[in-house]
Amino acid sequence: MTALLSVRDLSVARGGLRVLEGVTFDLQPGRALILRGPNGLGKTTLLRCLAGLQPVVSGRIGMPAESHAYAGHADGLKPALTVAENLRFWAQVFGGGAVDAALDRMNLRALAARPAHMLSAGQKRRLGLARLLVTGRALWLLDEPTVSLDSASVALFADVLRSHLGQGGGAVIATHIDLGLPEAEELDLSPFRAIPGRPADKPAGFNEAFA
Amino acid sequence: MIALLIRDLRLAVRAGGGFGLALAFFLITCTLVPFGVGPEGGTLSRIAPGILWVGALLSCLLSLDRIFALDHEDGSLDLLATSPLPLEGVVAIKALAHWLVTGLPLALAAPIFGLLLHLPGPAYVTLVLSLLIGTPALSMLGAFGAAVTVGLRRGGLLLSLLVLPLYIPTLIFGAEAVRRSAAAAETTTPLVLLAAITLFTLALVPFAAAAALRVNLR
Amino acid sequence: MSLWEYANPTKFMRTSGAVLPFVVAAAVLSCAGGIIWGLSVPDDYRQGSTIKILFIHVPAALMAINVWLMMLVASPIWIIRRHHVSALAAKAAAPIGAVMTLIALITGAVWGQPMWGTWWEWDPRLTSFLVLFLFYLGYIALWASVEDADSAADLTGVLCLVGSVFALLSRYATLFWNQGLHQGASLSVAPGERMSAVYRYPLYLTMLGFFLLFLALLLIRTRTEIRRRRLAALLARENRA
Repeated sequence: MTALLSVRDLSVARGGLRVLEGVTFDLQPGRALILRGPNGLGKTTLLRCLAGLQPVVSGRIGMPAESHAYAGHADGLKPALTVAENLRFWAQVFGGGAVDAALDRMNLRALAARPAHMLSAGQKRRLGLARLLVTGRALWLLDEPTVSLDSASVALFADVLRSHLGQGGGAVIATHIDLGLPEAEELDLSPFRAIPGRPADKPAGFNEAFA
Repeated sequence: MIALLIRDLRLAVRAGGGFGLALAFFLITCTLVPFGVGPEGGTLSRIAPGILWVGALLSCLLSLDRIFALDHEDGSLDLLATSPLPLEGVVAIKALAHWLVTGLPLALAAPIFGLLLHLPGPAYVTLVLSLLIGTPALSMLGAFGAAVTVGLRRGGLLLSLLVLPLYIPTLIFGAEAVRRSAAAAETTTPLVLLAAITLFTLALVPFAAAAALRVNLR
Repeated sequence: MSLWEYANPTKFMRTSGAVLPFVVAAAVLSCAGGIIWGLSVPDDYRQGSTIKILFIHVPAALMAINVWLMMLVASPIWIIRRHHVSALAAKAAAPIGAVMTLIALITGAVWGQPMWGTWWEWDPRLTSFLVLFLFYLGYIALWASVEDADSAADLTGVLCLVGSVFALLSRYATLFWNQGLHQGASLSVAPGERMSAVYRYPLYLTMLGFFLLFLALLLIRTRTEIRRRRLAALLARENRA
C-alpha cells in the first residue's frame, strides 16, 4: 500500500528563520495524524508547506498529484453567496463533488438557502469543513478545524472524519483539543524545533543569511 | 475556471457598486472637466479624446484593489491556490471578471460621455473600438498591481503608483487613435499597435501576476 | 574562485571595504577633474556657455539608464540564484538612479530654458525620463512597503522585470506620440554632427567620474543595507529564542 503522504527530513521556515527541522513521517490511507506542540512552534507553517502554499527550506514531501485539500484559519466563504452556492462553487472548482450529500453530512441542509453573512461563526466553520467533502480529495490538511464549533459539532465533525478515513482517506490535523478520535496517531513536533544559530548550508531567508 | 468567473460576476452584482461605481466615477470626471477648462465647445471637443481615455483609465483604477483583496481576507485565495486551477488561470479569470464589470461598461457607455464633451462626430466608433481593445490590458495590468500589493496596508495608494506608469503605452495609442479619428485621419496604425500591446500584456502578465501572488501567499 | 562568492555577505563586506577608499578617491578625482576641465573649455558658437551644463547632464542621464539596467541584471540573479547581496544591491541602487534621473531632468530644464525658451517640453526623451523616474519611485515605494525582506526582494524583482518591459514600450510609444525637440545622441558615432574633441574628452572624464561615483555610492549603500539586514536578523533571532 502506498502512503498518502511521506515527509522526509523536512525543514520549514517562517519570517526567514527555520522553525522546524528534520520532520519525518509517513501517513498511510485510513490513518489520521494529529500534530501537537505549543503555540508558535510551526504547526501552521508545516501545514502550509504540505499544502504547497509555502516553499520548503529543505527535505522532501511525497504525495500523489492533486490529492490534498487544505483548510486553514479562514473558511474562504463569500458572505454574499448562499450556503449552497458557496459549496457548489468549490465543488465545481475541484471537479464536482456531491453538494447535497455534503450539506446533509455537516447538518447544513436547513441553512442551504441562507446567505453566508447570516451564519454564526460555528455554522461558517461547518460550511468550511463541508467544503472538504466536495473536493473529493483523499488527504485533508486541517489547521485548527474545530475552532468555534460546539461539542455537538465537534462530534459531528469527528464522525465525518472517521468515515473519510474509512474510505481510505487520510488527514493531518493541527489541533489542541481532543477530537474523540482514539485511533488517530499523534506527532509531537517539539523535538523538531529548529536550533537557532546552527549553521546551515542553505539559508532559509534574509534573516538566516545575515545572522 | 468558468465557475470562478460566474462566482466573481455574481459577487459583483450582489455586492453592488461593481458595475455602477466605475461608470459613476467616469461621469463625474467628465462633468468636472468643463468646470475646469470652461464650457467653450471648441476647447472641449479638442481635448475630449484625451479626457475620455484618461477618465476611463482612472475609473478602471478605482476598483483594482478589490480584485484580490477580498479573496485574500476571507481565505479564498489560499484555497484557490491549493485547488486544481493554475494560479495563472485564476489571475486571468479575475482580470476578465474585472474587465466585464468595469472595462466593458465603460467602453459601451463612452459615447454618451463623448456627447457631454462635444467629441467630434467621426470619432465615436473609434472611441468605443479603442476602449474595447485597450481596456483588457488595463484590467490585466491592474491584476498584476493588485497581486503585488495584496495584503499590504495602504496597498491602494501604492497600487496606483505601480500601475499607472504601466498604463502609459496603452493610453498613448488609445488616445492617439481617437484623436486621429476626430481629425478625420487614418487610425489603423494606433489601433493595431494598441491591439499588439493588449495581446502582449494578456500573454505575459498573468505569469508575473501569479508569481507575485505566490510570494504574497506564503 | 567564482564571482558568485561575493554573494556571501561576509566576503562582500571584506572585499568592498578594502576597495571602497580607492573607488571613492577615484570618483572624487575624476568628477572634480572632469567638471573643472569642462568649465574651462571655450563657449560653443551656438549654445554659448550653456554647453557647460552638458558635463553634468549627459553623465547623469547616462547613469539614470544604466542604474536601471544594473537593477535589471541584479533582479533575476536574486530571483533565480537567491543571492541576497544581489537583491540588496538592487535596492541600494534605486535611490541613486532616481536622483540621477532627477539631476538629468533638472539640468535639462535649466539648459532648455535659454536654448528652447521653455523649462519643460513634452519631448519623447524628456517624457521617457519622467516615466523612468516614476518607475524608480514605484520600485522604491514597494521596497519600503513590504515588511518581510524575502517577500520584498521577490516582489520588487518581479516589478523590475515587468517595469523594464513597459518602460521600453513607453519609450517607443512616446516616439510615436510626439516627434521631439531634443537633439540626437550627444556622442554619435555617425560623422557630421560629431561633437568637437574640446568637449568630448572632458565629457568622457565626467562620464567615468559619474560611473565611479555610482559605484562608490552603491558600495556604501549596499554595505549599509547588509548591516541593517544583519541587525534585523539578530533581533529576529533574539525574539524567536
